[in-house]
This record gives sequence, C-alpha cells and structure tokens, in this order.
Amino acid sequence: MPKSLFEKVWDAHAVRSLSNGQTQLLVGTHLIHEVTSPQAFGMLRDLGLKVAMPHRTFATVDHIVPTDQFSEPFADPLADAMIKDLRKSCHDFGITFFDRATGKQGIVHIVGPEQGITQPGTTIACGDSHTSTHGAFGAIAFGIGTTQIRDVLATQTMALGKLKVRRINVTGRLRPGVYAKDVILHIIRTLGVNGGTGYAYEYGGEIFDRFSMEERMTVCNMSIEGGARAGYVNPDETTFTYLKGRPYSPKGAAWDEAVARWKAVASDPGCTYDDVVTINASDIAPTVTWGINPGQGISITENIPDPAKTKVADEKTSIEEALAYMKLKPGAPIKGTKIDVAFLGSCTNGRLSDFQEVAKFLKGRHVAAGVKAIAVPGSQGVGLLCASLGIDKVFRDAGFEWREAGCSMCLAMNPDKLIGDQLCASSSNRNFKGRQGSPTGRTILMSPLMVAAAAVTGAVADAREVFAVTNN
Amino acid sequence: MALAKITQVTGRGVFVPGNDIDTDRIIPARFMKCVTFDGLGEFLFFDMRKNADGTDKPHPLNEPRFKGANILLSGTNFGCGSSREHAPQAIQKYGIRAVVAESFAEIFFGNCTTLGIPCLAASREDIAKIAAAIEANPAVELVVDVAAQEIRFGGQKVKTVIREAARDALVNGRWDPIGELLEGRAAVTAAAARLPYLVA
Repeated sequence: MPKSLFEKVWDAHAVRSLSNGQTQLLVGTHLIHEVTSPQAFGMLRDLGLKVAMPHRTFATVDHIVPTDQFSEPFADPLADAMIKDLRKSCHDFGITFFDRATGKQGIVHIVGPEQGITQPGTTIACGDSHTSTHGAFGAIAFGIGTTQIRDVLATQTMALGKLKVRRINVTGRLRPGVYAKDVILHIIRTLGVNGGTGYAYEYGGEIFDRFSMEERMTVCNMSIEGGARAGYVNPDETTFTYLKGRPYSPKGAAWDEAVARWKAVASDPGCTYDDVVTINASDIAPTVTWGINPGQGISITENIPDPAKTKVADEKTSIEEALAYMKLKPGAPIKGTKIDVAFLGSCTNGRLSDFQEVAKFLKGRHVAAGVKAIAVPGSQGVGLLCASLGIDKVFRDAGFEWREAGCSMCLAMNPDKLIGDQLCASSSNRNFKGRQGSPTGRTILMSPLMVAAAAVTGAVADAREVFAVTNN
Repeated sequence: MALAKITQVTGRGVFVPGNDIDTDRIIPARFMKCVTFDGLGEFLFFDMRKNADGTDKPHPLNEPRFKGANILLSGTNFGCGSSREHAPQAIQKYGIRAVVAESFAEIFFGNCTTLGIPCLAASREDIAKIAAAIEANPAVELVVDVAAQEIRFGGQKVKTVIREAARDALVNGRWDPIGELLEGRAAVTAAAARLPYLVA
C-alpha cells in the first residue's frame, strides 16, 4: 500500500507501543540549546542517568547570546550562567557543542541544516517549537518540552502519539515580490492558528518543487504557528544538492546509498492523506500581520479589520483585543503604519538567501530617520558567507546595524529588545503580546524584503512599489 | 519511582478568559533566563498581571477572592506558541493542578501531561457555566474527574474530553514515561541497528 513520508519515517522509528497507547519513538537526531536543556541535564543527574547516545545530540547557543558582544563573560550574568552551564553539561556527557569559538554557532535550526546534520528520512527533536524547520529536508521534526529532552537524552526515544497528515498543495506561480514567508503567512491565515492541531503538514505542489531549501525551511519553520507540530517537504534533487559535501553529510559510497534511501522515503504516488488542501499561488500577496497572533494577517493592500463589521462574536472580541494592543485603527490601511524598529533575522528568515535577496534592492537606499534597523545573520556561517559576498557592507551602508549570530529580537532574551510600545517590522515568526522584549512592544510579521521596505520608508510599505520589484 | 494516580483534582477554580493564550503570555521569555524551573510560579501571566511600575493590572489571578484556586479555566487553543516547558512549570509551581479549556495547543498539552497536570477540554457553554458558578461563589468546590471525564460543581455536572493516552497515563500513574522508556532499552538498540544513519 502506498505510504506517505510521515508514515514511512514513523514506522521506521517506532520502537514499540507503550501501555497508554502512545509509541516509543526513536529520535535519530537531538538538537539542544541553552534555554530549555540545562534543566534536562539537571533531571538526568537527579535520576543518576547517562546520555544514551551522546554522538546523536548536538548543541549550540542561540537564544541568549548578545549579538553585539562576542567575548565572555556576558554583561548579563544570567545569560552568562546559561552558556557556561550548557558548555559544562556537553563536556560532562560527551556532546558535540557548536560553541562560538568553533565558528559554527548559530540558531539551532540554521546550524543543523548547514552542518548536514539534518537529513531526509530521519526523526529530529529539539526543545524548541520551530524544530519543524528541519522538515524541509523530509525529516519528521518535533518541538519538545524539557522533560522530553530528558527522555531523549536518557533513552534516545520519546513517548508520542501518531499525528495525522494534511497535504497542502500550493499550485501555480507566485507573483513578483511574493516570497516563502508570504506563502506560510497565507496558509496560517487560511487554516487558522490552531487548524493544524493533531496534524503534520506535508507541503507540496509546483511552488515547493521550485523552492530552494532555504525557502522550504521558511515555510516548515512556521508550521507550529498554524498549530501543526511538524511540517515537511518530500526530499528531491534540490535537497540532495544542498546536502552534498556538508560536514556531516555521508561521503563516497555512503553518499550514493543515502541518496537511494532518501529517494525511497518520499511519499508514494497515490498515498492517502487525512486531509488535502489546495491553495492557488496567485492568490498570495505580500502578507503582513495586524494582530497578536500569526494568523491575524492581511495582504499589504488590504485594510485593518473592523470589529464592527463581523457578526461572529468570538472574532469581534479577538479583533478588538488585538487592535487595542496594537494601537491600530479599524478599517484603516495597514500600509503607511509608522514603524520604530526593523528586524531582519531569526530561524524563519535569517539565512543567506534572505540577506542576499534584500541586498539586491537595498543598494543605494538608506534606512529612514528615526528607525532602528538591525540585521542578524542566523549563524556564524551565514555571517561569513554574507561578508564574503559583501552583503554585510550593503546593509551597513544602508544604515542597518550588522550583528553577530543569534535569535536576537525574535524573542528578545538577549539585549536586543523593543522599548515601550515601539512597533517593529519583523522577519521573525511570532507577533504575540510582549514577544520582542517589551510588555507593550508591537510586532508586524512580514517577509525580509517587506522589512527592508519598511526600514527605508519608515512605515509599513509595499516592497513591490518601494523597490520596483518586477520579477522573482 | 511510583507516580501518583491522578484520577481527580478537587478545589477552587479561576477563569482566565481569552482565546489563543500563548506561552509567551503564560511566562514571558525574560523569565526563562534560569537553569532550573524553581521560582517560576510568581511569574505566571506576569505581563498580564503587572504594569511596568510593578503595580497590579486587573486580572483574575490578582483578585483576593480567587486566591488559592488550583483549577485554571480558559478559552480555545490554550498554550499555543513556544514549546517552553517553563509555561506548565510556572502553572504548576503557582499551585494550579488542572487546566480546563475549550481546546489546547499540542506541545503544551503534552508538556502538561508529562508533569501530571490534567488538561481537559470542555465546551464553551459548559466553561461559561463553571465560570458563572465561580463568579457567584469563588469558594465553590470543583471536582475535575479525570477518570470519568467530567467536572462536578454546585450540584451540576458537565462533560469533558481528554485524549485517551493522556487519561490513561494520568489515572494509572504513568504520566512521566521515563520508567517505561528505559525498560525498552533492548528494543531501542535493535531499532537503532536497523537505521543506517544511526549505525554509520
């Protein structure tokens, strides 16, 4: 019987059934960082347990690292304690740590693919909800809690119920100025922030066939914002080309064997899905959020929703709550909304192609007066590539601050934070209340080029107009 | 280590209205700069409860009449967003022993179950009934019956739903799976040996 990739990977990693009906699932690759893992090592020590397969866990630091200070100790003693704690645990348990001194540090979801650790047909777990990013390679990747991190460290497995699979086809062609970020914001807007609960999303169709790995990662990254714990794209030649020659990719004869396995793991033609949704790419416009969750999005040409115009009580309440927080006027165009900060980076849009695409248009332009604009490469590797191509210079010349790698202002656990009720045009993944470090700070999510358009005009703008975008 | 069989939670309720209450709201990221979960309880819903100057905002958890409540009620998609276990840890350390909502986000639900916090889903109408009873008398006793999947209060009874695997784990005292996972060691080794990428 034809099977989906999800079923094949699940079956290959299912160790046995547990007494409550869940599956003991083998986690082939475990990624850890400094925020959610130190406590797991504490639990392990309390129970007197060892790490079962230390060579299958990889660590880095991303959430708390300052992006304007490389040396330690960090100015923030709590952040300094966290990096030291993780470094010690990795040392004690024999875990590979992509520390800053290695030149391989960065956001965990950027480092895994960059190093070739993220591979098709594997299971991946990490104490971070954006672990779904790795699904871009045809891996089944789950965000987990700290107690589950303990489980994976101690047993290389976790207890999990099987997910259903929803196939999301995006067909046709994207219009100029429309990017992977717009595709996923559109999907979340269409299916809802909890539409994916209980599902893994399989993304496919012509759009995904043509997407680069980095574009696929942007989409898979935000699966969880639509409620789906995992999201993936079937592996193909694009995937294999990306992986070839990376540090942890198989070499020689092992490479050919791996590619054969990876091809076989893709969903079989004619396999059944629990649900199928088809979206026409030409319906997708540059999308921006206006509210306090990633599903509250509109196209740049639309007006901010008016709660008076909805008859659904729930919707009315949520629009009112969102607009009160965002201090936006119902029914007004979103275009032209003044911004204070522009943030380009994160595990959603902090890869080479994100900066490269913006740099194409940013040359000769300058950040508007009064706007603080920061560009944060997602990894040291991305930073080096940008430097070698002169991209960092384009950003600096345009008035952006060019920083060291980390999560930075996506969740503002480091010194990069909004102040007061500043409004930020952001290429990150969450616009929750207080997300960017100030309890009253405001976030508008958008694609990297839209962030650049907002930065140079000082207001939410249509990048297609600002940069005269005519083709992708 | 024998775990408690969590068949029911009895106590007082507090209703925190709203849909899509995310884990950033449950515990803002700045309070995650810690290497243990101790002391997270006081930061539960911090930015919803406190102004920048440290004074209280109007919030159910700030009301003296709801002090000591150990059952939290809310709307749809409760706990969406980040996978941070800091959220259920903060809920538990604050003193909450069960959460009742219209629906739950996936990762949050799993994290709660693993900590022995039952998350039960009830209809909006039924949650409104319970909220009304609490409003009328904050001391009204709620019995969240995990085994029977119902909530009893003030002579009334409403149905709830909890995923069978979670219900089974809670009522049979195996909500922390570590013991059972460790028992599968031999099977894990055998499964890993069948996967070329783990052998290489």
